[in-house]
Amino acid sequence: MKAIKACLAGLALIGLAPAAMAAGGAMHLDEGETALPDWPFEGPFGRFDQAAVQRGFQVYTEVCAACHSMDLLSYRNLGEPGGPFYSDDEEATQSQVAAFASSYQVTEIDDFGDEVYRPARPSDSFVSPYPNPQAAAAANGGAIPPDFSVITKARHGGASYIYRLMTGYPDSEEFHGNELHINDDHSHGVLTQPVGLYYNPYFAGDTSGNWEGDPRHAPAGGFLAMPPQLFDGRVEYMDGTEATREQLAADVAQFLAWAGEPKMENRKSLGMGVMIYLFFLALIVYFSYKQIWRNVDH
Amino acid sequence: MTDETYTETVDEERRDFIHIAAGAAVAGGAGALAWPFIAQMLPALDTRAASSLEVPVTDIPEGGEVRVLIGGKPFFLRRRTAAEIAEAREVDVNALRDPETDDDRLVPMADGNLNPALLVVSGSCTHLGCVPVGPGSNTGEFGGWYCPCHGSHYDTSGRIRKGPAPLNLPVPTYEYNADGSAVTISL
Amino acid sequence: MSGHESTYKPNTGIEKWLDARLPIVRLVHGSFVDFPTPKNLNYWWTFGGILAFCLATQIITGIVLAMHYVPNTEMAFASVERIMRDVEYGWLMRYIHANGASMFFLAVYIHMFRGLYYGSYKAPREISWILGVVIYLLMTGTAFMGYVLPWGQMSLHGASVITSLIGSLPLVGEQIQIWLQGAPSIGNSTLNRFFSLHYLLPFMIAGVVVLHIWAFHTTGNNNPAGIEIKDPKKDAVPFHPYYTVKDGFAIIVFMLIFAGFVFYAPNVLGHADNYIEGNPLKTPAHIVPEWYLLPFYAILRAITFDVGPIPAKLGGVIAMFGAIAIMFVLPWLDTSKVRSLRYRPLARQFFFGFVLVCGLLGVAGASNPDDVVIPTGEDTLRYEVALADTPNAVEVARANDGKIVSQRDERVVIDFVDYEASLAFEEESGTLVDPTVKHHGITWLPVAQLLTLLYFAYFLLALPLLGLVERAKDEPETIADSIHPKNGSADAVAAE
Repeated sequence: MKAIKACLAGLALIGLAPAAMAAGGAMHLDEGETALPDWPFEGPFGRFDQAAVQRGFQVYTEVCAACHSMDLLSYRNLGEPGGPFYSDDEEATQSQVAAFASSYQVTEIDDFGDEVYRPARPSDSFVSPYPNPQAAAAANGGAIPPDFSVITKARHGGASYIYRLMTGYPDSEEFHGNELHINDDHSHGVLTQPVGLYYNPYFAGDTSGNWEGDPRHAPAGGFLAMPPQLFDGRVEYMDGTEATREQLAADVAQFLAWAGEPKMENRKSLGMGVMIYLFFLALIVYFSYKQIWRNVDH
Repeated sequence: MTDETYTETVDEERRDFIHIAAGAAVAGGAGALAWPFIAQMLPALDTRAASSLEVPVTDIPEGGEVRVLIGGKPFFLRRRTAAEIAEAREVDVNALRDPETDDDRLVPMADGNLNPALLVVSGSCTHLGCVPVGPGSNTGEFGGWYCPCHGSHYDTSGRIRKGPAPLNLPVPTYEYNADGSAVTISL
Repeated sequence: MSGHESTYKPNTGIEKWLDARLPIVRLVHGSFVDFPTPKNLNYWWTFGGILAFCLATQIITGIVLAMHYVPNTEMAFASVERIMRDVEYGWLMRYIHANGASMFFLAVYIHMFRGLYYGSYKAPREISWILGVVIYLLMTGTAFMGYVLPWGQMSLHGASVITSLIGSLPLVGEQIQIWLQGAPSIGNSTLNRFFSLHYLLPFMIAGVVVLHIWAFHTTGNNNPAGIEIKDPKKDAVPFHPYYTVKDGFAIIVFMLIFAGFVFYAPNVLGHADNYIEGNPLKTPAHIVPEWYLLPFYAILRAITFDVGPIPAKLGGVIAMFGAIAIMFVLPWLDTSKVRSLRYRPLARQFFFGFVLVCGLLGVAGASNPDDVVIPTGEDTLRYEVALADTPNAVEVARANDGKIVSQRDERVVIDFVDYEASLAFEEESGTLVDPTVKHHGITWLPVAQLLTLLYFAYFLLALPLLGLVERAKDEPETIADSIHPKNGSADAVAAE
């Protein structure tokens, strides 16, 4: 028994270790000025809030899409269940999708071998803001804006990370030129933003090289090439929701969560059926097992 | 003694029931599980989405045709001359292998009128699926299309007139846009 | 596959006709219907059946995925996401397959620890054990190549790390590495051959599984008491229906856990970086393998020193493969005649210690070797100053509560606890050197080295010596006795 206890203690230790490892680097997503949004898509019965996905899609098209591609999505996806254009009226959905798609231009080779533009069809994938990665890098000081198709799955923390990153930039009034004076429980000193880079406590990186102060207490986070993008009123929501920075960030994060995992609702609802079936099957088979073994000592 | 036998009988029945229930539940689950494995071989959503296409028709020269691929299947859009239309209409329908009038093979435009100048047909020979040749190459004995594989001749309405093919070139599902400048063909 | 005379009696004419020509029904009947199986097998024994289920699941979903996957570096990542988005139930197939690999390894580790605990590797079952290790090796190879296929960042850079290990072999290493990759680096040729082999190996696993079962059906199953069947009427039950229903029940419970991952946490066992398309110009911050290979990764990284003529890198590779290779000779390392640890209280303690070591090796594998595990003091600010530039460094440091850590070759290392004091030191001494943060404590590296040592010590010291020095409890005479213990062995069963 002693041995078993020792083993359990060891396992508990193993369980704790990752929590200890998470310290350092970027700021923990649970820490922040505001609480994390209450994501409706989390949990076994989680579903996307379509109104939020719609608003987030508006934020993406009006703000993010200028630099960030979504290569793995097609316009038709917007009208699929859970998508921003989805409604019970299939015809209306389809025409909305087609109308939206046709506002973009895709290139095609015509009969004379020339590249010509035609309006995008629902079956076309999202048009990238840049024709190729080299153009994207050149336009953004060498940093290619990451593709957003599966961004919530490609970052630890998913939608919460997007939300924190977008709302985590220090306010512009906190800056003296490119210097940020930090005086909190943890850090006292001056952080200097390099030219063309922006400090964000949630971005994984290292600030020690630009930190004047106790190096043991360099602020969490790092510098990224994207300036702060979301401000109060950056987008005028069509549904009248007040477009605070937090609202914009939460909505775009939810839209990206949908885009990264559009089959999530199917998965969770099918999963519930499978779990219930397996539970009852286990019960029945257990009784069958008990019956078969009832006369055997074992 | 009798009591014991009785208990044993009940027990047997209960045992049988639970085993049958377990077996049935497993069989039911396995049956349900089979569906995703079958369904995954259906055309995927992107394949299905690419199965309709809007084709502009104003640029097709008279007497010429445009060939398009939709979902990998060929279609012919042909702008017929007045002579070709007349030829297609004069045929005695009852004498055909697959009787259809020329009008049967046209789809009304947005205003409800037929546009006999434009003929839209599938580009797979109804014999074994070869792609017939047409204007600019060899239109066969009846001025429509000719299938070089086994010598099927189609007329200017795409109807089979000679050779092994059993049926006319099928007319796909398509519709004109509002001003008649393009048609949308769906599989 | 059946080590006993089958009681199969063909009834109908067709059955008799077939039995005279191809006695396949007789074989299956003898192996999985009336095969005499010890009646005292506990739930740890159901993992054999669970593993068969895992292999079948991986093969079936894998065949489906191969219908849609494109093994080309330009298209692989997008083709996987197309499976997730556009193929009917494609997300289900992929999540089952990806999590299935983890479930497969979870089950195989329990199965292996069960074999270790109950001495299933001992005579006459050495071949079953060795074939099991072969299966495990094939599994790791299959899993590694499968992880490359989605062509994410971890796929690409994980593959680079592993193939470059091969490159550390002396003389021929580099040539073999290029031969494996089919190019100077991991690229399209590598992806294509890995796809081909990833498809092939599971069928080889299935073949070895048949041999594995054949072998232990020849010797008969081991069991928790570790003693042989003496009288099949008292000690054994036919495999069907007794163990088909028990294994079936265990498989369903296992499926519940499996389904929990697939439907509610499908990416929790994976790494976020693998959702970023592979980019040869950008290496992820931390390259880690999947969780099930972490202990071996820890052993690989633990060898940071040259051993005689063997350079550290090669030493790590040898240690890593040695950790698996040692299992091939395990049957001859254990000197005890008693199979089940139920009757070896001392060896049992060592066994649980070994399980703990394996788990901790896993944690070490996931950790940065330079990170502190056990802190021994506050972090300090460390200056490494040349006396040639700053002649008064030592005095100024002393005046400001600095600690002189070492002074050698005109270079001084000074630690400050207080930041203000370090600033005063900088100003007064006029040094231009910037301090670094020095962590005080034991890092993962020596911990991993100690764990690696313990891992090998279990096989090379504990198992050979324990058999010689320990006094085992009395084993029961028969399996039936182990269930109804006569006087004396009761406490042994109670300890279970």
